[in-house]
Amino acid sequence: MKKVLSGNAAAAYGSKLARAEVISAYPITPQTKIVEKIADLIAVGEFETEFVKVESEHSAMAAAVSASLVGARTFTATSSQGLLLMHEILHWASASRTPIVMVNINRALAPPWSVWADHTDTVAQRDTGWMQFYCESCQEVLDTMLQLYKIAEDKDVMLPAMLSEDAFLLSHTSEIVDMPDQDMVDDFLGSFEPENIMDVDNPMSFGSLSMPHQYFYEFRYKIAEAMEIARSKILEVEKDFEKRFGRSYGGFIDLYRCDDAEIVLVAAGSMSSTIRVAIDELREKGEKIGLARLRVFRPFPIEEFREIAKKAKKIGVLDRSFCFGYEGAFFTEIKSALFDIDERPIVKGYVVGLGGRDVTLDVIHEIIDDCQATTDTRTEPFKWIGLSR
Amino acid sequence: MKITLPEDEIMEKGHMACLGCGGALAMRYLLKALGRKTMVAIPACCWAVIPGVFPYSCLEVPLQYVAFEATGAAISGIEAALKAKGKKEGTTVVGWAGDGGTLDIGIQALSGAVERGHDVKYVCYDNEAYMNTGIQRSSATPKGAWTTTTPVGNTRFWKKTNKKNIVEIMAAHDIPYTCTASVAYPEDLIKKAKKMKDIKGPCYMHIYAPCPTGWKYPPEKTIELSRLATETCIFPIYEVTYGKYKLNKNIRDEKKKPVLEYLKTQGRFRKLDEETVQSIQHYVDDEWIKLKKKVECFGEEK
Repeated sequence: MKKVLSGNAAAAYGSKLARAEVISAYPITPQTKIVEKIADLIAVGEFETEFVKVESEHSAMAAAVSASLVGARTFTATSSQGLLLMHEILHWASASRTPIVMVNINRALAPPWSVWADHTDTVAQRDTGWMQFYCESCQEVLDTMLQLYKIAEDKDVMLPAMLSEDAFLLSHTSEIVDMPDQDMVDDFLGSFEPENIMDVDNPMSFGSLSMPHQYFYEFRYKIAEAMEIARSKILEVEKDFEKRFGRSYGGFIDLYRCDDAEIVLVAAGSMSSTIRVAIDELREKGEKIGLARLRVFRPFPIEEFREIAKKAKKIGVLDRSFCFGYEGAFFTEIKSALFDIDERPIVKGYVVGLGGRDVTLDVIHEIIDDCQATTDTRTEPFKWIGLSR
Repeated sequence: MKITLPEDEIMEKGHMACLGCGGALAMRYLLKALGRKTMVAIPACCWAVIPGVFPYSCLEVPLQYVAFEATGAAISGIEAALKAKGKKEGTTVVGWAGDGGTLDIGIQALSGAVERGHDVKYVCYDNEAYMNTGIQRSSATPKGAWTTTTPVGNTRFWKKTNKKNIVEIMAAHDIPYTCTASVAYPEDLIKKAKKMKDIKGPCYMHIYAPCPTGWKYPPEKTIELSRLATETCIFPIYEVTYGKYKLNKNIRDEKKKPVLEYLKTQGRFRKLDEETVQSIQHYVDDEWIKLKKKVECFGEEK
């Protein structure tokens, strides 16, 4: 069934189609429409779920972890400050091996107050043990949510996953979305059947003290291992999804006109759509430019970037976040992935769009021009684009 | 006197609490009352260590260790999941936290959980300071007490403010049941725990749980000292059931002991001056009068 849905509504319907059994969430602009839509779906009798309207994001995540340990499929959504308030419990979730799925609307962090698009909130959660996905369209939001439950709940993965969409640019943009039939989703997903749950008939303790010589270190290794297993599951699940629903997004990296591209731009989220337009324009003029849209940030697509680097002469990396005292995180990580290969392309970084600053066609063209002109990155490895001084 | 405590030991031998720990006794009594169909969430506190090191546990009920400030949210999540799974009926969901995890860092999640009306039982075992981290003051620490962050010294740097009245804060949430209990009165504690189990909705129990290590008294005095806390009216034993106040241990005026008798039993009050002792006495007297007025005005119908 086709429906006109915003990125927020797509997330709400995603939780319904996945039959999330417990949802704990707190309102925050621009995510609020997700919790409102879920409340509406419950109110009209279309969605049966336990909706816990918690008093903070910290509690939203804590309740989700606890509910998941009882064996319930859980969902939550947040943004920006809310995601940061959850930070402690994000670690708790991955270390508890609770496959929670969360939608985060990428929004800038205060001060100054800003409710607009910026990836700093999710990039700052890089090391929490969550899988991290960035989406470009409302359809992709809905489809990826369903995929994430399947990946996260895989018994060899059992890790939480967050899906990111840009504030307003996607959260509040309405598009035609093909809503899959519930039967098909049920068949694809199945129910959540974890091996170990809280059960009064089989009492277990979750998270007991571990001494340094004991299991803590090994537990952490198991998370690292699960992240590696998730690599193949992400691809398997997308293949299965494509077979059933006829849509796919390229797995870790969504490649656009990259086959013969001399310059490949790397970006995540909504600005990818603008880059596609710029590429089409330049391709008309015979310029060989492509886009590698970063869809999965954790686990990081190391091999995929190495493949791109084999063919491209230059890679321009757009970061909608900045790690103070160094550079953009995507930029750092891509360079690190290419460290071991014999012939490295030129990799240049571009800081764009912080606090919702528009990443326009002009911005993209400026980046492409700069990329074309760059022959050496030693003096200026990266640039802030469109900065007023 | 016939003792009628349930015989089932759900808290097994081999726990890691200090000698004379009031908190250990409190858990043992609580589980006796609630039975084995109980799920427990425990944040950072002494009880995060007492059950034992992985993979051992002295508690024969399912147990989740949760973040310090998260107990209220955790039990909300457990309850919601049990409901979603059709398993809530007959299962008691318990949050078990110390005074720091309840009155300080955990008060927001607790307040949220009970306001939302989850069918959860929150129990605070109150040893009046952050004992697990080594005796730092909390908002449950009474006025005049030595702790490692109110170390007295030459400047009399003891705790300057009175204990936060969490019991009245919880009663003000208009929840079905709020009560106090003490390890000195196990029958009363067990009766109240059973009452909580039967009530559908959020309940709060505040257990007085002395700590010989932090309060500086011999471990064999835990029960004696607990009783003295109630006999001096420092820790009154009462309950608020659907807004109705009831004193479970009434202390008649002629039987009411001076606070000094209680203060003298513990090293943490060793250096108090007379003026501070007086001010503690006044505070306790005032609070006791207030409580009796509440019982008079909002007591159960005779």
